[in-house]
Amino acid sequence: MNLTKQEYEKLNQKASKNTKSYITLPMAFLVGGLICTLGQALMDLYSTLGFNEKDAGMLVSASLIFLTALFTGLSLFNVLAKHAGAGTLVPITGFANAMVSPALEFKSEGFILGLGAKMFIIAGPVLVYGISASIIYGIILYLVQVFAG
Amino acid sequence: MDIFIEYLKAFVVGGLICVVGQLLIDFTKLTPARILVGFVVAGVILGAVGLYGPLVEFAGAGATVPLTGFGYNLAKGVKEAVEESGLIGALTGGLKASAGGIAAAIFFSLLAALIFKPSDRSISG
Repeated sequence: MNLTKQEYEKLNQKASKNTKSYITLPMAFLVGGLICTLGQALMDLYSTLGFNEKDAGMLVSASLIFLTALFTGLSLFNVLAKHAGAGTLVPITGFANAMVSPALEFKSEGFILGLGAKMFIIAGPVLVYGISASIIYGIILYLVQVFAG
Repeated sequence: MDIFIEYLKAFVVGGLICVVGQLLIDFTKLTPARILVGFVVAGVILGAVGLYGPLVEFAGAGATVPLTGFGYNLAKGVKEAVEESGLIGALTGGLKASAGGIAAAIFFSLLAALIFKPSDRSISG
């Protein structure tokens, strides 16, 4: 069937309204919990392989990001995300998907201003405000160090 | 048994943090982008006031895998860098601590975008 954008929005809204919290909340808990459990399993694996805690933690993030990139590329991530809601959004998988998905979709607009720029359409703000917050924290820490001895 | 409890803690705490995100989706008009930004900044703040560290110790990946963990990692990196090298640490600490994850995200996104074909997003059919 062919739909105009407006008609689609309407259908979309209707569908969203029908998603009840007694379904979305347990789904988010279940999927989010499972992703974190997978992260813990990977953490244990990398620790067993001899990586220190910092490196193991980084490798866990990198692994989950890799899996997200793969599943997004195969169009499987969206299927899961549709049911999981915040369960896939809130873990590092949501951040990774927010980079891979627009990079892939906007590839057609070129490698520089399409793929390269659109990759950061959501990740950009996350980095801007996350890093800025951490710098402000660092300045406060420094001042406390200086004045409180 | 220990490992079971470790996994259970990661599952429950990670799941609950996601439930907070789902509550925001269901009951506010916040977009996913705003929620992601909010979680990272919340992680920085909770890390700064010393609340998130104990949670990471308790729940492991249950606290580090959600995006609040990314924020916590930024704050932790800044704290260590400021203690080590003073004010300059405020600039270097956050990215140093999260360099691997950010670089991985950029490179794997590029690879995936190069290898895979965009999914057909047209509404027809």
